[in-house]
Amino acid sequence: MSFTPGERVHVSSRAHNGHHRTPGYLKGKTGTVERVHDRFLNPETRAYGEDGTPAQRLYLVGFELGDLWPTYRGGAGDRLAADVFEHWLEPAP
Amino acid sequence: MSHDHHDHDHPHEHLTTADEPVVAARVRALEDLLLEKGVVERDELRQRIDWLVSRTPADGARLVARAWVDEDFKTRLLADARQAALELDVDPGPSPVVVALENTENVHHMVVCTLCSCYPRALLGPPPDWYKSLPYRSRAVSDPRGVLREFGLTLEDDVELRVVDSTADIRYLVVPRRPARTDELGEDALASLVTRDSMIGVAQPLTAA
Repeated sequence: MSFTPGERVHVSSRAHNGHHRTPGYLKGKTGTVERVHDRFLNPETRAYGEDGTPAQRLYLVGFELGDLWPTYRGGAGDRLAADVFEHWLEPAP
Repeated sequence: MSHDHHDHDHPHEHLTTADEPVVAARVRALEDLLLEKGVVERDELRQRIDWLVSRTPADGARLVARAWVDEDFKTRLLADARQAALELDVDPGPSPVVVALENTENVHHMVVCTLCSCYPRALLGPPPDWYKSLPYRSRAVSDPRGVLREFGLTLEDDVELRVVDSTADIRYLVVPRRPARTDELGEDALASLVTRDSMIGVAQPLTAA
């Protein structure tokens, strides 16, 4: 499953016992693909001595800060973007 | 701790000081393990440390100052900062992709790494301690305007704040706004206004003297 800029995506809320680069505060949240980066070696296997192949597509995904934090008290247009690997993303329902 | 009776074949005793932080001992233990297991060579480790401490924010500042005076360069910097750095003979470091984020009248970027301390070290040098601290890493994503106020930067309400959490292989560099009344300044003088903090996005550049 690959995504294109502007597409709404949902960050999987699955637990992952071990090293991974999906911050907990984004799990289960919905955002918008802002950039499609290259593929990179998978840190989840590289962390344990494997070579990290196959490389995984990385995306810059944008979120509204108000969606991340119900009590957010900043500007209404304030946003956060983070790099999330493709295997953590699903099409937004 | 006494070492009088140790019987393992440790090659040497480490130099220590009584008030050394615990993390220093932890780093040395990791270093010893990496060497012992052949993951890195000691000289390779030394070279990496020397390279890291030789880097300074002056390189990042050169990129920003050039972008301020040369619109075409700015376009190239925003499209591919790694390539733009190479163009100025600046070492962009080992990260395969460096992304430059432009601050404008309407948009302000700030960078954090909530998971650890990802940072464009090649262009800015070693990260400041606060960048690696838990309070910055947690509050930059939950109360970024509050964090900026503590750094002395109060954003207008209608400025869109964009926090970028550097979670993986990409390194992010903020291109701050050119200060007012700097039309007369040359590129070197402009570069001296570009602080490290302004390229992390927690401050504006210095104002012209």
